[in-house]
Amino acid sequence: MKFDKPAGTNPIDQLKVVGKPTPRIDGPLKTSGTAPYAYEQRDTPNAAYGYILGSAIAKGRITGMALGDAKAAPGVLAIVTAENAGKLGKGNFNTAKLLGGPDIEHYHQAIALVVAESFEQARAAASLIRVDYARDKGSFDLAAAKASAPLAKENGAETKVGDFAGAFAAAPVQLDATYTTPDHAHAMMEPHASIAAWNGDQLDLWTSNQMIAWSVADMAKTLGMPKEKIRMRSPFVGGGFGGKLFIRADVLLAALGAKAANRAVKVALPRPFIFNNTTHRPATIQRIRLGATRDGKLTAIGHESWSGDLPNGGPEGATAQTKLLYAGANRMTGLHLAVLDLPEGNAMRAPGEAPGLMALEVAMDELAEKLGIDPVDLRVINDTQVDPENPSRPYSQRQLNACLKIGADKFGWAKRARPGKVRDGRWLVGMGVAAAFRNNLVMKSAARVRLNAQGVVTVETDMTDIGTGTYTIVAQTAAEMLGVPLDKVVVKLGDSSFPVSAGSGGQWGANSATAGVYAACAKLREAVAQKLGVNSADAVFAGGKVKSGKRAVPLGEAAKNGEIVAEDAMEYGDLTKKYQQSTFGAHFVEVGVDAATAEIRIRRMLAVCAAGRILNPVSARSQVIGAMTMGAGAALMEELAVDKRFGFFVNHDLAGYEVPVHADMPHQEVIFLDETDPMSSPMKAKGVGELGICGVGAAVANAIYNATGVRVRDYPVTLDKLLEGMPEYA
Amino acid sequence: MKAFSYERAHSPAEAAAIVGRTQGARFIAGGTNLLDLMKLQIETPTHLVDVNHLGLDKIEATPEGGLRIGALVRNTDLAADRRVRKDYALLSRALVAGASGQLRNKATTAGNLLQRTRCPYFYDTNQPCNKRKPGSGCAAIGGINRSLAVIGASDACIATHPSDMAVAMRTLDAVVETVRADGATRAIPIAEFHTLPGDTPNVENSLAAGELITAVTLPRPIGGTHIYHKVRDRASYAFALVSVGAILQKDGTGRVAFGGVAPRPWRIEAAEAALAQGAKAAAALAFAGAKPTEQNKFKLVLAERTLAAAIAEARA
Amino acid sequence: MHGPGDFELSRRGVLIGGAASVAATAAPVAEAAPEQAGSAGAGTPVMAKVGFKVNGKPHALELDTRTTLLDALREHLLLGGTKKGCDHGQCGACTVIVDGRRINSCLSLAVMHEGDSITTVEGLGTPEKLHPMQAAFVKHDGYQCGYCTPGQICSAVAVLDEIRAGIPSHVTGDIAGKPAMSADEIRERMSGNICRCGAYSNIIEAIGEVAARRKA
Repeated sequence: MKFDKPAGTNPIDQLKVVGKPTPRIDGPLKTSGTAPYAYEQRDTPNAAYGYILGSAIAKGRITGMALGDAKAAPGVLAIVTAENAGKLGKGNFNTAKLLGGPDIEHYHQAIALVVAESFEQARAAASLIRVDYARDKGSFDLAAAKASAPLAKENGAETKVGDFAGAFAAAPVQLDATYTTPDHAHAMMEPHASIAAWNGDQLDLWTSNQMIAWSVADMAKTLGMPKEKIRMRSPFVGGGFGGKLFIRADVLLAALGAKAANRAVKVALPRPFIFNNTTHRPATIQRIRLGATRDGKLTAIGHESWSGDLPNGGPEGATAQTKLLYAGANRMTGLHLAVLDLPEGNAMRAPGEAPGLMALEVAMDELAEKLGIDPVDLRVINDTQVDPENPSRPYSQRQLNACLKIGADKFGWAKRARPGKVRDGRWLVGMGVAAAFRNNLVMKSAARVRLNAQGVVTVETDMTDIGTGTYTIVAQTAAEMLGVPLDKVVVKLGDSSFPVSAGSGGQWGANSATAGVYAACAKLREAVAQKLGVNSADAVFAGGKVKSGKRAVPLGEAAKNGEIVAEDAMEYGDLTKKYQQSTFGAHFVEVGVDAATAEIRIRRMLAVCAAGRILNPVSARSQVIGAMTMGAGAALMEELAVDKRFGFFVNHDLAGYEVPVHADMPHQEVIFLDETDPMSSPMKAKGVGELGICGVGAAVANAIYNATGVRVRDYPVTLDKLLEGMPEYA
Repeated sequence: MKAFSYERAHSPAEAAAIVGRTQGARFIAGGTNLLDLMKLQIETPTHLVDVNHLGLDKIEATPEGGLRIGALVRNTDLAADRRVRKDYALLSRALVAGASGQLRNKATTAGNLLQRTRCPYFYDTNQPCNKRKPGSGCAAIGGINRSLAVIGASDACIATHPSDMAVAMRTLDAVVETVRADGATRAIPIAEFHTLPGDTPNVENSLAAGELITAVTLPRPIGGTHIYHKVRDRASYAFALVSVGAILQKDGTGRVAFGGVAPRPWRIEAAEAALAQGAKAAAALAFAGAKPTEQNKFKLVLAERTLAAAIAEARA
Repeated sequence: MHGPGDFELSRRGVLIGGAASVAATAAPVAEAAPEQAGSAGAGTPVMAKVGFKVNGKPHALELDTRTTLLDALREHLLLGGTKKGCDHGQCGACTVIVDGRRINSCLSLAVMHEGDSITTVEGLGTPEKLHPMQAAFVKHDGYQCGYCTPGQICSAVAVLDEIRAGIPSHVTGDIAGKPAMSADEIRERMSGNICRCGAYSNIIEAIGEVAARRKA
């Protein structure tokens, strides 16, 4: 099915199931510990255990590797290294090799897998591998590499509209500030984990992965085998946040280990290994220049960002939102990319916008203060209903101002005082606001729908549920389309033998994957109508029946002589080119800062979101509060600390890399504006999974400023950075 | 983790004797720190002697009016003990400021005193670390050291002692009771228990090989307001950047020890003598001769301000 | 050369006897003759017998002494509900209840649990018959990816008992008094269970509902 015209009225608009607050259909499995994640599937009871050895240096070469002691260790079945693994390719989505050697590209790059009868034996034997290295000088310091970092090669790395330099110079009110964000870790709770089993030349993989089709293709490319010979299953994913978009060392080495040991092999990445072995959100240095008239109209908007990555890697697109968020005739953006020999940088929840808004939305707060204009008002004043770089493209929907105004009202924004003026016992109290913005991407997505004689509808798609609630919204979509209750729908996900979906990434999953299910269900409706001999145009699917005129037949009747199967995909025309499709929100945060110690604690959080139709308000709320929590972590504590001498992230465990815990998070409020976006898909939905993290860090930082009067431009905003500027305590 | 054999000891003396005579043997109690380190091969015992069933899990009144805390009393039980909460509230407060509920349910009184540092370089066996591998160097000096020591450290090691409980024990003048491999017992004042790194940061306390902690005794309660103020980036389940364990009397005198700043709980008697003059004076004396790094010099300011907050709290 | 530890090991094989015994007191210990270390210091695994109850059912196992309680549950008893998030006591996903107390099963050796009674998430309830806490997590969407969830739920059940038992926490105002059944108390006590999906706000709602129901 092709979506190339704005959606008209369709069965989803009935909203009998879609849009209703619906507890997750996979909830009983998850809460009883019976949902099988990759390492827990039991189809390979005889699986051996693999343990990975990582490089001890960041850059250089292996000059010698002695495997003898490890091979002779009890229980060891096989050892895989680059030397004995055979020729390996590299996946399209990988920058560094997943199995390093002799060349080493980053710290903890995998260099060997030991396969043994037990986990304990594999782990012990891995420590017996003796490795000699020749260390090369690497580049590990973004600030040092910044001066010589060229513009990135990506499309849109540099944009210019009007005369930025002239307008900025002439602006009566100017802001020119530089912000930094550190490297961030996804730190999903389920480590990357896989089980591999060969059956002749057929490879079966159970793994934890967001994008099945990408990853099957990359496994095939890396192993030099046809992708048709690979079956990948990932029915439950214990968090991804972009860290499981691609194949990683666990799945590749499980496959290689299984071949070498002639046994199924299971491999999980040990937690202290994940931070340097896998990908991370790259650090940025961002310079923002804003010029405005005295009444707050932006006349010049400039945003440049520097990040680093391994050779042939990509930049963190931190300028993305600045191209679109505010009106202003004269604008420029520039993305610069340095070569760094740190672990591979890549996508993490809202890549680009998340760190970009951490800078831009503080800059707006600073400008508001210079102007003496309320920061909510400043944003409202600079609203645009068209793409400011290309004004012929209107927004499909843009309710940012409504988000800001409703949020300000609900949050009690009017009570916000001047910086450092509100005290509650030992706490200095402040409020902050930021806009949230994230583009809405649409992706082709397919599904297969089966109807049996009992009227049970089974949906099959390789779409994944990474905590997003996919199982439930897919079921809701099928139930709505076919007029059956939710308990008549079975959803099967995350299997490469199913039709290729959009996968989970870029907050495109919910809208795109359900649109694919919509297409398949539309096809099934046709098939059912045909079987029942009714005209599909006037057939009504409701209450488990198909009604046409005076006739009402149970849906299952159509399948009484055999299952009916329909498969289709939703593909997209050029509506995304004609219309700018984005999601919007406003974050409001109240913090307390301890007057003595400068400890920062969040007291209240509110997000107001405008993101198209909300398919399931229950899981959509969860997506937003979760993203707000991750954004709070980025604001307050998260930082991969770079050892610039040895080139690695030093705090590579969950004690050293602090993410928020229960005690850090207050009750969170989320409001969704009632919105449908007919330009996005027949679902009229958009994504919310990343919107929630966009801007929230800046709202926290702005609240800290409002509490203390101390402006910190280097994230995370920790107490050591506040102390110097805090008033004397006695 | 290296392979090891395992046995349950039947008495403290037997446990000490076994560990004393067996190369590579170690005691295991709660295991929350030792197993963590064994998985990374920072600790590589070849024989574990389980001391969980030796009857060392009682808290008893002493004839002197204090408390004798069995070495195996779990952190949760110690923090929840009615007498501790009433007379040694500092100890309860310090205990519940540390780790998580799950860890406190396993971690023991003796094990807590023997916790090893959280220096990230100590935890990464690819990196030089004089504490882990004597003579290999210190990667933390010149590296990432925001969380590390500002005082009491050496050119060989700038690790901090991570325990909250130990700060309280130091403030309370606890005494560590042990049994040695030869069966002899002794009592070590807490002030002499933890050692400074000097040239041998691998040595962290004054225990001899095979010496088993059997109890920690607290002298008679001294009254006063008990405050444990722990400062950290995240609100819970994190090690201290700085902590202050203080017992403050109505007349402004008192005792104070600092955590998160030194290789052992940091208590300077001269600083206590200046408490009545305020936090600035006391902190100046407590941290005289401090050698912070660029990354952790904030701890000096933070320690003073945290002490000031504690004094203010006691006055309130 | 890089690589951890260069220890030459000598080994004493020790078995704890009486696997069928569920006595909580010290199990009899039989010393076996010292045996040769594996080649090159790898160390021959030392096997030991241990017996404990899981979710009411007795199990007798013979395990490598290095096996954690977590791996015994997951890999030997095939109870995959208890999760391995970090294996270092830094996340709480492996939380189980042993003799009424929640612990991190990753930082506990299986052989040290002779005679213990262990409750995992599977022992609290089943998909068809959820424990009230499990049902409350479903109702309040107190999870997303679900990986930390079993640990959160085991912890939550134990936390309510801890508050009722009067065990103080970091946020207890009067340390000598009785802690309140409040959201702040629950948040602090649940802080050893990390949820990277950030379901905290909903998890507190779920636990709060169960707490209120049982109070009534």
